[in-house]
Amino acid sequence: MEKAQLICIGCPLGCALEAELENGSVVRVSGNTCKNGEKYARKELTNPTRIVTTTVRVTGGTIPVVSVKTAADIPKGQIFACVQALGAVEVPAPVALGQVVLPNVCGTGVDVIATKAVAKQE
Amino acid sequence: MEQYELVIIGGGPAGLAAAVAARQAGVRDILILERDRELGGILNQCIHNGFGLHTFREELTGPEYAQRFIRQVQDLEIPYKLGTMVLSLDKEKTITAMNPEDGLFQLRPKAVILAMGCRERPRGALNIPGTRPAGIYTAGTAQRLVNMEGYLPGRECVILGSGDIGLIMARRMTLEGAHVPVVAELMPYSGGLKRNIVQCLDDFGIPLKLSHTVVDIRGRERLEGVTLARVENGRPVPGTEEYYPCDTLLLSCGLIPENELTREAGAVINPVTNGPAVNDALETSIPGVFAAGNVLHVHDLVDYVSQEAAAAGRSAAQYIQQGEPALEAALPVRCYGGVRYTVPSAIRHQSLRSEDVTIRFRVDNVYQNKTIVLRAGSEIVLRRKKAVLAPGEMETVTWKAGALPEGITEIRLGLEEA
Amino acid sequence: MLDVIIIGAGVSGCAIARELSRWKADILVVEQEEDVCCGTSKANSAIVHAGFDAKNGSLMAKLNVQGSTWMPALSRELDFPYRQIGSLVVMLRPEDRPRLNALYENGVKNGVPGLRIVEREELVSMEPNISDDAVAALYAPTGGIVCPFGLTYALAENAAANGVRFQFDTRVEALEKTASGWRLATSQGPLEARVVVNAAGVWADTLHNQVCPDPITIQPRRGDYFLLDHAAGSHVRHTVFQLPGPQGKGVLVSPTVHGNLIVGPTAIDVPDKDSTATTQMGLDEVRFKSSAAVKNLPLRQTITSFAGLRAHELGHEFIIRESAPGFVDCAGIESPGLSAAPAIGKMAAGIVASILKPEPNPDFRPTRKGILDPRQLSIPERNALIQRDPAYGTVICRCESITEGEIVDAIHRVPGARSIDGVKRRTRAGMGRCQGGFCSPRVLEILARETGLSPEAITKSGGSSRLILGRNKDTL
Repeated sequence: MEKAQLICIGCPLGCALEAELENGSVVRVSGNTCKNGEKYARKELTNPTRIVTTTVRVTGGTIPVVSVKTAADIPKGQIFACVQALGAVEVPAPVALGQVVLPNVCGTGVDVIATKAVAKQE
Repeated sequence: MEQYELVIIGGGPAGLAAAVAARQAGVRDILILERDRELGGILNQCIHNGFGLHTFREELTGPEYAQRFIRQVQDLEIPYKLGTMVLSLDKEKTITAMNPEDGLFQLRPKAVILAMGCRERPRGALNIPGTRPAGIYTAGTAQRLVNMEGYLPGRECVILGSGDIGLIMARRMTLEGAHVPVVAELMPYSGGLKRNIVQCLDDFGIPLKLSHTVVDIRGRERLEGVTLARVENGRPVPGTEEYYPCDTLLLSCGLIPENELTREAGAVINPVTNGPAVNDALETSIPGVFAAGNVLHVHDLVDYVSQEAAAAGRSAAQYIQQGEPALEAALPVRCYGGVRYTVPSAIRHQSLRSEDVTIRFRVDNVYQNKTIVLRAGSEIVLRRKKAVLAPGEMETVTWKAGALPEGITEIRLGLEEA
Repeated sequence: MLDVIIIGAGVSGCAIARELSRWKADILVVEQEEDVCCGTSKANSAIVHAGFDAKNGSLMAKLNVQGSTWMPALSRELDFPYRQIGSLVVMLRPEDRPRLNALYENGVKNGVPGLRIVEREELVSMEPNISDDAVAALYAPTGGIVCPFGLTYALAENAAANGVRFQFDTRVEALEKTASGWRLATSQGPLEARVVVNAAGVWADTLHNQVCPDPITIQPRRGDYFLLDHAAGSHVRHTVFQLPGPQGKGVLVSPTVHGNLIVGPTAIDVPDKDSTATTQMGLDEVRFKSSAAVKNLPLRQTITSFAGLRAHELGHEFIIRESAPGFVDCAGIESPGLSAAPAIGKMAAGIVASILKPEPNPDFRPTRKGILDPRQLSIPERNALIQRDPAYGTVICRCESITEGEIVDAIHRVPGARSIDGVKRRTRAGMGRCQGGFCSPRVLEILARETGLSPEAITKSGGSSRLILGRNKDTL
């Protein structure tokens, strides 16, 4: 039986988790304060994912870039592909909060959305 | 002179939450003064997620979290002035402020809430020797450049200080195409949240060197490199120097509450927090002047800023509605056994009889398996076991209102053996 | 063919330029850095010495006392910050009394007015934070403090207004005598003039030694300093020196004209004329020595530390003379060079004029207005200003309350600010406790807008000191 030590990133508590694995699957998680900790450990050891936050360029807006995020978590291995894809994106102002700036980023099925509204430069 | 019941200095998370709470508690005339071009304060440049778990039960980015409060301010039709710098505040609560539209103007509200936030400790305050080239930024300045203006301050970027902004910027610089070879931390522990070490450093294979600092800076025009060394008992250890060629050094070495106005007004400052000393109403030593958020003490979670500021907003409302109350005796809160400071640093007798009192505090080192103990006189009124306590993480205890032991003169909060 | 080339736009070069602009002459100041006031003039104690220290009979003593005497009137004429706060040289051991008396007598001989020795009781009433060991002090009421940037820019701007031109980023590589004057090989191509003035600070020896048979040596001598926050600015009321003794020269503690406290310097000879890096040892030395004469010094309030180089000539004397035909030296200008600057300018310009014998400049205007400080205005005046120019209503530097209007003014002055540091030295934006953390992105934006350059081209202090190296994701 294998053991893995993790820090939960679910919330600022940062619980120290210990997971027991058998044949690559998680059989027990301890150290978590809430059930999200257990969920996190199972996912992190089998298919780790992250929310990606970054910026994309805005044209004709009151500010030059807008902050964006993946609407859900994407596989950790896709983080760089995701920001690379966003490097080519330019959104014209106005931009609405929650507006999709890049649908289905890198085939993950997850949209990248604006986390701030940007008005048009008058 | 225009008359307002309540003027809030600062339109960041603290100012916004205070305004909303004060309005909900019935204050009609409120004005928020914000020096930047938009409301939201530092949240506008904190584009990462992780905000709002407590307040909204979901993970928001900084701008999204700010927007929730900005919308409430707008829905409640609370007026605000942008691009407005408060130049002075006196103990009569006269505020002198300035912006391009109104020019220089003065206000004398019944109550004031200080919500100016904090600033970063600059290189000069750290006494790092060496040259003074371009390429040395505080992490927050770089964060503004990258996240709000789309500029990369550099391509090879060493970070000193593992506070949350430093950790977050390690990831941000990496995701925007820069390389971060190392994050160095003077202390033997990180000043940031554990989750940020995992998702900002570990995820990208960025090493964190604890007990290390920058001992030399090279480069005449633009930064060319820094030398790190291991630190023991506060001094660099000779022979442990390691040179890192880099064009950028980001400093995340602590935040300082911005209390120049507070000092000028004559409010008593707590030398540990660098914020005003407040009672449990979050009222400073000047009656009718309240404080909340990072101007009071540096927080690590915006949710707590919002909670604290809402409490200040309610206190200010009460002050405005009930008129100036007779000065009430307060019990001092003293720290012992590893507790560095508490906010509030005094509790009014009336609160102990009638309301729950929240005490926020920080410890001075990493502790394991301790009990947080709150004592009123010789009586223990609260005990709570804690597996881990760290200076980077603010703690909160709430004392349920109840019968007050007779004749006590002080309240003590400390850590004891579990 | 120019009439005069002045090499070096420090306080000496600018003082000479301004004095020379009283004459009809074609004058160019060349400077290797991107701006005025980038060498020794920008990193020093910011003190106007009364003049008791320099050896009686020396040129240093004469020009120090003259400069100190002229400074109050000059500060009104050219509108730069100067305050006569008086200075104290503190004696910490009773056995040093003869040295204190000798200093007093030297000062009296130098013609320093008002000198007297104050005993402990009076000293404590003058300086409550004076060391418990302080026995007595030499009090010089004419000692002062000045903004070294303000003085240098005032001289440069007044010179420019009277016709002097400035050329920056121009390093003089070689000098060659011609039939009618001098040919200079520079990093920006050749230049010719009838007279050359060598005001090159720590580099003055390299220029001198190219053209004069008797070599001089300028030893760069580094001084490390701490600058403390306004909150500590009134810790002392006078410039407090320690009486030099067998244990060496102490460090001074002084208020600055902008309400900070300055502590330093060290005196460390360095081989390199560029080495303005502070060292741990140097900073530790200042920290250690600073507590000798002043107690409870709040060094925790340090907002920055820095180092400057003094142009120490081995004979410790100002060298101001025509060292070769048409080649005028202004070398070895170390402390009290800032104090003496007005007199150095007059003397060196006099030498140049005696060579060129020019006509007086009938259009010469001796006055200059500094960058408007809105904090000095009444509320109605300030509101009228904001109504006229709303940029004066926007605070850019929060720590020092510097408005956009002042920054725009600094950029459009002649010679104007082209870099973040150029703006900082002229307006104090970024000079405060956050050291530009909040305002530098805004100053960058204003500089780019006003100069028409891209933000990527804006530098901290010229050369390759760019602040931004790219755009997000540009290499991904």
